[in-house]
Amino acid sequence: MNREDFPLLKEDIIYFDNGATSLKPVCVIDKIKEYYTKYPVNAHRGDYDLAYKVDQEYENTRELVKEFINARDLEEIVFTSGTTEALNMIVEGFFAPLLEPGDEVLLTMSEHASNVLPWFRLPKKKGVLVNYIPLDSNYYLTIDNVKKMISPKTKVISIAGITNVIGDIRPIKEICKLAHENNIFVCLDGAQMVPHMKVDVTDLDVDFLAFSAHKMCGPTGVGVLYGKRELLEHLEPTILGGGMNESFDTPDEIYLKELPARLEAGTRNIAGVIGFGEAIKYLNAMGMDKIHKYEIDLRKYLIDKLIPLKHIDIINIESDSGIVTFNVTDVFSQDVAYYLNKYNICVRAGNHCAKILKSSVGVNNTVRISLYFYNTYEEIDDLVELLSDYQKIVKEMI
Amino acid sequence: MNDREIIMEHYQHPLNRKKNDDPMYLHVNTRNESCIDNIDLYVKFNDNIIEDITFMGEACAISISATSIMIKNLIGKTCEEALNYIREFYKMTNGEEFNENILKEGCAYSDVARQGHRKTCANLPFKGIEKAILSHLR
Ligand SMILES: Cc1ncc(COP(=O)(O)O)c(C=O)c1O
Repeated sequence: MNREDFPLLKEDIIYFDNGATSLKPVCVIDKIKEYYTKYPVNAHRGDYDLAYKVDQEYENTRELVKEFINARDLEEIVFTSGTTEALNMIVEGFFAPLLEPGDEVLLTMSEHASNVLPWFRLPKKKGVLVNYIPLDSNYYLTIDNVKKMISPKTKVISIAGITNVIGDIRPIKEICKLAHENNIFVCLDGAQMVPHMKVDVTDLDVDFLAFSAHKMCGPTGVGVLYGKRELLEHLEPTILGGGMNESFDTPDEIYLKELPARLEAGTRNIAGVIGFGEAIKYLNAMGMDKIHKYEIDLRKYLIDKLIPLKHIDIINIESDSGIVTFNVTDVFSQDVAYYLNKYNICVRAGNHCAKILKSSVGVNNTVRISLYFYNTYEEIDDLVELLSDYQKIVKEMI
Repeated sequence: MNDREIIMEHYQHPLNRKKNDDPMYLHVNTRNESCIDNIDLYVKFNDNIIEDITFMGEACAISISATSIMIKNLIGKTCEEALNYIREFYKMTNGEEFNENILKEGCAYSDVARQGHRKTCANLPFKGIEKAILSHLR
């Protein structure tokens, strides 16, 4: 769908690494150029027309994000540099001050490093326990396993909505309900979910959500931290400086601004935020439900073609997102990626920043194909043709 | 054999790929930035001479074969000769003039190294052995 909007797709290239980042449509690129050429001034700083224009554009993106994820208040939307920064802020600013020795954080083995390492600082610093909810034989997170793991010491569950290796969609709404009945917070890593399906924070009832613009047709260096307002009020700024204070005289006399400015210190990625607004408009015009359905159909088409290939070992045959993770018998994943690269096909090889492969699947590295709405059935045919011929892979991998 | 055949031969039948718990061997780990090629080298020195090298690890065809070729060419060399070999290898992967007589099979990577990240893969075992030699000399 919509291929004509992506300048890169006019080249002879097949891009299957959308889990890493997405391509950018021309409207987003133009919007960023518009900022740099027509009103390239700072936000929240000036009293002249250009500065006013920037403020409007910047805050307009906040409005768009709020509607996109159905948050209640504009103050609940904080711009960050990406998912990683948002998750670090949630852990350091909210949970580190709140949690006490013996309190428990629950993650899963398939979380991305960005949703593991920030939590790993708490055991040393605060005596907090970090444990993992077991996954089922498909590496799925089931509500039953969440039920089994939670206990009175559990204070927060932090999980991806869609994982970046297995691509399973987690039952977030049920998990939130169960968690809240037990006074547990839920932090949702939406990096792979928000770009690919409708995420409604009010309906899901998540306490925090983090996601990145660059995986959803937006620019790099921009992301969102959503938090329920009453919680965000207690999130201590981890970065201090200009733009976030009302006044300061002595170390004891610092007065901070209201939300969300309090959490947006320093000059933000203004061009990025403005470009992000355009990306949201673009996705809205396509329709998130339509995007999700298209990706599921496309994935099914790919899986059905890969299954008969005896030398392809698919790690996640089942999955409702656009992610397919596999290995070619006796060929190192990176060599498969290099082989496909010779035919201008971009795929990712590696551990994808998650421990799941090593700890649960028993392989260290895989090839990953991650689809987006601009991928086509014809592209899948080209890929499958190249993967069908085992001898060719071995012959051409170096 | 052409370059590709040399590389494939060393990939499919690498020399001295075995785990090594012998305390006489110095252990170094070497991995590339994307953390996907990951090789453990075990090096035994006899005074100034590299007496033996073995390795273990999971890596791409280029890294594995380069490790094997490195082992073949560096065993028996003095530390200085080995460092000289490593320097020539880096010159080749940087696209500079290099001495083919010193590198022998190592020359097989002169094309591969031009393919972007593949250079890092070919250099990987050499970065590791370089670390081992320098720490031995210290
Ligand atoms: C599940 C998941 N969480 C977090 C991240 C980190 O996102 P970013 O690098 O944009 O901060 C990623 C990106 O790959 C991801 O896939």
